[in-house]
Amino acid sequence: MDTKEKKQPLKKILLICSKANLEDVYAALVMANGAVMEGIETKVFFTFFGLDAITKKRMNHLHTATVGNPGMRMPGGLPFPTWLGGIPGVEAGVTSMMKKEMDKLDMPPVDEFLELIEAGGGEIYACKLAADMFKLKKEDFHETVKDIITVGDLYAMCDGDGTQIVFT
Amino acid sequence: MSTKTIAGVNVDVTEDGYLTDASQWTKEIAKEIAKEEGIELTDKHFEVLEYVRNKVAAGEGLTIRGIGKSGVVNAKTFYQLFPGAPLKKATKIAGVPKPVSCI
Repeated sequence: MDTKEKKQPLKKILLICSKANLEDVYAALVMANGAVMEGIETKVFFTFFGLDAITKKRMNHLHTATVGNPGMRMPGGLPFPTWLGGIPGVEAGVTSMMKKEMDKLDMPPVDEFLELIEAGGGEIYACKLAADMFKLKKEDFHETVKDIITVGDLYAMCDGDGTQIVFT
Repeated sequence: MSTKTIAGVNVDVTEDGYLTDASQWTKEIAKEIAKEEGIELTDKHFEVLEYVRNKVAAGEGLTIRGIGKSGVVNAKTFYQLFPGAPLKKATKIAGVPKPVSCI
């Protein structure tokens, strides 16, 4: 075997976002934007609950889950009890704190983040099956959404050497 | 760190080709580095480079979002002026350190 195998740089990346939690959506957006910044051809495919991130009336109101999220901590680092997360208003409070912290790091709101990705040549897609299921149409989606496509269309875009698919 | 002759001047550069001393920078050096990156500098480029240099001199972080809101260029034009990896290319041509920002 040839041990001096040539390194193959990443040329194209396709990110799939299937969740609507603030942190899951931002994970996809940060990775997509980061790829665009490096000159990597980037496509982001939103499916199932991930569609919230590109749905006009929901995109800037995403929440972080305070129930069923073992990573949650109190501000001092103590465990965050699940029963506390279920109290009305707690999730909104935690989300607002997260957003403030993100803003400090110059992380833009979802719509602006999508616009940045598009400005750099990144492409945003919605999943047809999920859009049908949630009864969403092109006009319900943010203007950065290029098209509503099928899984087959998605795989057809993944041709070429140095392409990776990441599911978040 | 090594020394490189750019536009007839000896400058200190990192192994990625970034100037280590921003004060050694001149417009001629910028043009030369830009050429290596395949960019022909225009007045608009220099406006952006000046903004980048001022930001760094003030000790502020650089992000594409910030540059897009600077009033000098929008994000889309910034990507067009420095195609590929704009933040990396613009800082390299501006003679300032490679940015460490993730966004």
